[in-house]
Amino acid sequence: MRRRILIALAAGSIFGIGLVVSDMVNPACVQAFLDPFGAWDQTLAFVMRGAMISMLIAWALTPNRSPLFGGGFPAMRTEIDGKLVGSGAMFGAGWGLAGFCPGPALAALSFGGGGLFLFVAAMLAGIGAFRLTVGARAPA
Amino acid sequence: MNLNIADWMMSLGGGLLIGLASTLYLLSNGRIARISGLLGGALGQGPNRFLGERFAFFVGLIGAPFVWISLTHVPAITVATSPAILILAGLLVGFGTQMGSGCTSGHGVCGLSRFSPRSAAAVAVFMAVGVLTVTLGRHVIGGL
Repeated sequence: MRRRILIALAAGSIFGIGLVVSDMVNPACVQAFLDPFGAWDQTLAFVMRGAMISMLIAWALTPNRSPLFGGGFPAMRTEIDGKLVGSGAMFGAGWGLAGFCPGPALAALSFGGGGLFLFVAAMLAGIGAFRLTVGARAPA
Repeated sequence: MNLNIADWMMSLGGGLLIGLASTLYLLSNGRIARISGLLGGALGQGPNRFLGERFAFFVGLIGAPFVWISLTHVPAITVATSPAILILAGLLVGFGTQMGSGCTSGHGVCGLSRFSPRSAAAVAVFMAVGVLTVTLGRHVIGGL
């Protein structure tokens, strides 16, 4: 149990530093990345390329193996439905409006200023609103 | 369009760290480093036996950048959006990622690298709507 918690702490730490180093924490960069018809800045595409290198290898190692600390790897979900599309559109709209997605918003919380607190508080309220409505009927 | 070599090297390096963290979490704990899902879990959704490790993940995610910027420099963060828009955006991101079980890390990094059609569909939708939102907000309606 302690090993699992230490690995989670390390993974969260490396993840957070990666978000800062890559500039994903800067909403101006994110919005410039989402602006192909304006002053398009494709720099953030390199974040995805970097992250994919390691994860492609990671998934290739998983068949017929178990995680180091036991248990199994999560099964891949396959359903593509209106719920996925609608919720993806909601997330995309919010991401474009603010330039923050959940990881960078949390990674920048200690230095991002008051606007970021507002965003994170609203994001937590959005999670709560989902639980009380759609999530209360059919758990995601 | 502008691409500065120092900038994209930093983005690539940051991406490598994100991938490394996701790999570590997957191969050791057998869990997917999906921020929105872990956040839902840390707030009480899902199996309780993972509560401790989810909480620890967020201690690192929030705490390590603070240590990092103390040792290096505080990065420029430009929040250009008005408070009302930030609140609307936060509500949409919170609600949408819980309902669709994923954000840029879960569907993006972890899902695409697994060749998941479900994640590919989610990424296509949120990228398209993100571009549409910024395009409307900057070049059509204005305000962003």
